[in-house]
Amino acid sequence: MRWFWIDRFDKFVVGQEAVTVKNVTLGEEPLDDYLPGYPHYPHSLIIEGMAQTGGLLLAQIQEFQQRVVLAKVTKALFHRMVGPGDQLRLTARVLSLQDDGAIVQGSVEVDEQPQAEMELTFAFLDQSFSDKPFFIPGDLCRILRTLKLFAVGVHPDGTPIQIPQHMLDGEYELLTGEVT
Amino acid sequence: MASSEEVFEKVQAALVDALGVEEDEVTPEATMVGDLGAESIDFLDIVFKLEKAFAINIPREELFPDDILTNAEYVKDGKVTDQGIAELKARLPWANLSRFESNPRVQDFGNLLTVNDLCRYVERKL
Repeated sequence: MRWFWIDRFDKFVVGQEAVTVKNVTLGEEPLDDYLPGYPHYPHSLIIEGMAQTGGLLLAQIQEFQQRVVLAKVTKALFHRMVGPGDQLRLTARVLSLQDDGAIVQGSVEVDEQPQAEMELTFAFLDQSFSDKPFFIPGDLCRILRTLKLFAVGVHPDGTPIQIPQHMLDGEYELLTGEVT
Repeated sequence: MASSEEVFEKVQAALVDALGVEEDEVTPEATMVGDLGAESIDFLDIVFKLEKAFAINIPREELFPDDILTNAEYVKDGKVTDQGIAELKARLPWANLSRFESNPRVQDFGNLLTVNDLCRYVERKL
């Protein structure tokens, strides 16, 4: 099952900031079912979109081998509803990065107007939560390529980021069935 | 130099913000975990908010002496030894350890910190 509430990365600066875009369409189930007759995009999914934007920003720091989970929605303030045809622009900035978690500030704009502000706390899971990865590396690589993360991702000095070797190996295995 | 009252007010604001508790719940004697319901991940947020509010840097080990509490040298049968207590006192001179000392079970340490302890810690950093 797909659970993506962002469509594409527009900007990605390692350890600092990520900007994603989410297009809202009437073709999406949550709009129809959430409040029949008044289709709008649920705020909870906007928070999830920010969690994905910020979570991937954090996971990349350890080459996607850190298991990052949304631990707390510290603050979420919504200024307006979002409906079919709207495009969300989600900006996640790392406010604090520690060994066991991080705090991300999120802001969302629609038509260059503020739509939402939030602060999210993420936890990095240690071995006490088993050592299984959240994603099959090849799958995750494919998802991140689709989201254009590697196409726009740069280090703070402007040099492009590279796809981690373990993900390339996983992708190769996924496509060929052969382990490198 | 901030007065004790100012420090308390800022600590209180940080806890209200981080834990979603009411202002009147944040009394000096309230314990962070037992009374205010702080979970481990909340401390990340609390530390961040205190650093911002007071423009200070809070190294994690200054507030959470996990290395002492997991060190076999300082813990015996689930209790902190006298030597361990001495280490804790040296590391956390701002914390009131008197009650913990009477039955120093490691598992109880997590619920030791009070709002007042946190205020005293911050005051020492200013």
